[in-house]
Amino acid sequence: MKITPQEISHVADLARLHMSREELEAMALQLDDILNYVAKLNELDTESVTPTTHAISITNAFREDVVKPSLPRDKALANGPKQNGEAFVVPRVI
Amino acid sequence: MSLHRLTIHELREMLDGRQVSAVELTRDVLQRIEKVEDRVKAYITLDPEGALKRAEASDAELKKGTGGPLCGIPFSIKDVLCTDGMRTTCGSRILENFVPPYDATAIVKLKAAGAVLLGKVSMDEFAMGSTSENCAFGPPRNPWDTEYICGGSSGGSAASVAADECIASLGTDTGGSIRQPASHCGVVGLKPTYGRVSRYGLVAFASSLDQAGPLTKDVTDCALMMNVISGHDAKDSTSVDQKVPDYRIALTEGLQGTKVGIPREYFIKGLDPEVETAVRQGINSLREAGAEIVEVSLPHNDYCVAVYYIVAPAEASSNLARYDGVRYGFRDRSSDTLLDIYKNSRSFGFGDEVKRRIIIGTYALSSGYYDAYYKKASQVRTLITEDFKKVFETCDVLASPVTPTPAWKLAEKIDDPLSLYPTDILTISANLAGITGISVPCGFSSAGLPIGLQIQASHFQEEKLLRAAYNLEQRMNISHLRPKNL
Repeated sequence: MKITPQEISHVADLARLHMSREELEAMALQLDDILNYVAKLNELDTESVTPTTHAISITNAFREDVVKPSLPRDKALANGPKQNGEAFVVPRVI
Repeated sequence: MSLHRLTIHELREMLDGRQVSAVELTRDVLQRIEKVEDRVKAYITLDPEGALKRAEASDAELKKGTGGPLCGIPFSIKDVLCTDGMRTTCGSRILENFVPPYDATAIVKLKAAGAVLLGKVSMDEFAMGSTSENCAFGPPRNPWDTEYICGGSSGGSAASVAADECIASLGTDTGGSIRQPASHCGVVGLKPTYGRVSRYGLVAFASSLDQAGPLTKDVTDCALMMNVISGHDAKDSTSVDQKVPDYRIALTEGLQGTKVGIPREYFIKGLDPEVETAVRQGINSLREAGAEIVEVSLPHNDYCVAVYYIVAPAEASSNLARYDGVRYGFRDRSSDTLLDIYKNSRSFGFGDEVKRRIIIGTYALSSGYYDAYYKKASQVRTLITEDFKKVFETCDVLASPVTPTPAWKLAEKIDDPLSLYPTDILTISANLAGITGISVPCGFSSAGLPIGLQIQASHFQEEKLLRAAYNLEQRMNISHLRPKNL
């Protein structure tokens, strides 16, 4: 399989990244290398193997549904690049 | 006497006996940092005033006799664990000015035990890398030879311990990021079982693989830190509610009745002969301590790198979606639309390796490719886990190299980032299977660089792991050695 810069451009868009022409071309070659390497997984027959979803065997982790103190608004907003004391502020989208 | 050279357990006795005060100890370590930091470059953020204040509080507690098990001990913290009021960058420009409003649970526990936090140490950006060269603020150096890498991604943790710029450190391990730098810097580094230590406040890279753990000057200190940081946390539903033993009690002489497996597949082609010799000597020490040595097989280990480079980037691409320039972190001020804020902030804020992994992960998860990549990798992950299950039916622990080679020179492999991926082939499987692993110093290369031996044990078998590590350490008798030219 050969990954094209156009495919990388589509993936970069999904990942909300800008990439220059050179970056797209370099990344296409690198992703191609990685996928060629990863293709060795196809040597294994995994038809009847259950995929790992969790590294150790625990099932549902329930807790009591009780309200506990959480971060106060001013602290939660403190790292916001732009905020008005009540909410994070972004350019109008609608 | 150089206080900074000592271990937690030595210093705790001295502090309890009032032979030294926590303030004296913290001052001594801060002086050490001043002396060597321009060559080691382990720290991203240093907080001398805060540390001295904490040390004063420790002295008051020690006087009252209420000091916790780490009371007065100066620590460095990998810059991926949130510290309330102390900048946490993850080695990234995107979080250059991020000051967390809360402590990670592991930090809460360290502080409650009386630890003195000196500052935050260097790492590969978002813990992605094996050399710490992917840090946006410059790489830390190997204290044994500052022209060499210290390993990664917890490179600053390992370097700061080896250089005596702290007494111990807390790092994280997603594919070897505690064990590999510990091996390269000649310190002890333990990756706990997945779920043993809370991940709350650990900035996520690959959530199904990440674990925080100690980097220390000896195995006893490692046990002492595990006593403090282990345990269930309601804020991390993947942490496991299982009793935390006193790990120090596990540190007894002799390995009679212990079966140590040597996985054939870990002695790979390309294994440096000096590494192999040192590790074989280490295995011999385990035998001399009374262990029975048997050869075992982990037939799917050869696939671990391929599995990892799908699973980890896939999880990373999802986890790193939160850096959007809106709620915290860098925002590109020149952007007029929301979409441009996302794209420009992320493109400027992330380094090349992080972008590379986001692209791999996004591709692997994108429409039409999920079955071929993520599902396939997760199935092979099951096979790797089953391999371990089988060998741990007959063996207590496994012994092997940590890394195929000793440390290499800075910038030597920087132009070919993909060439670094396979160097994690001996550590990745433990993360995929969720088991515990430790690196213990077992020798030096002819260039004078440290070599570590890896011991692995099944889920929640940290006691077996630490006992084997302790016996190895006692017999090798090299853990007190320090870099000469620093």
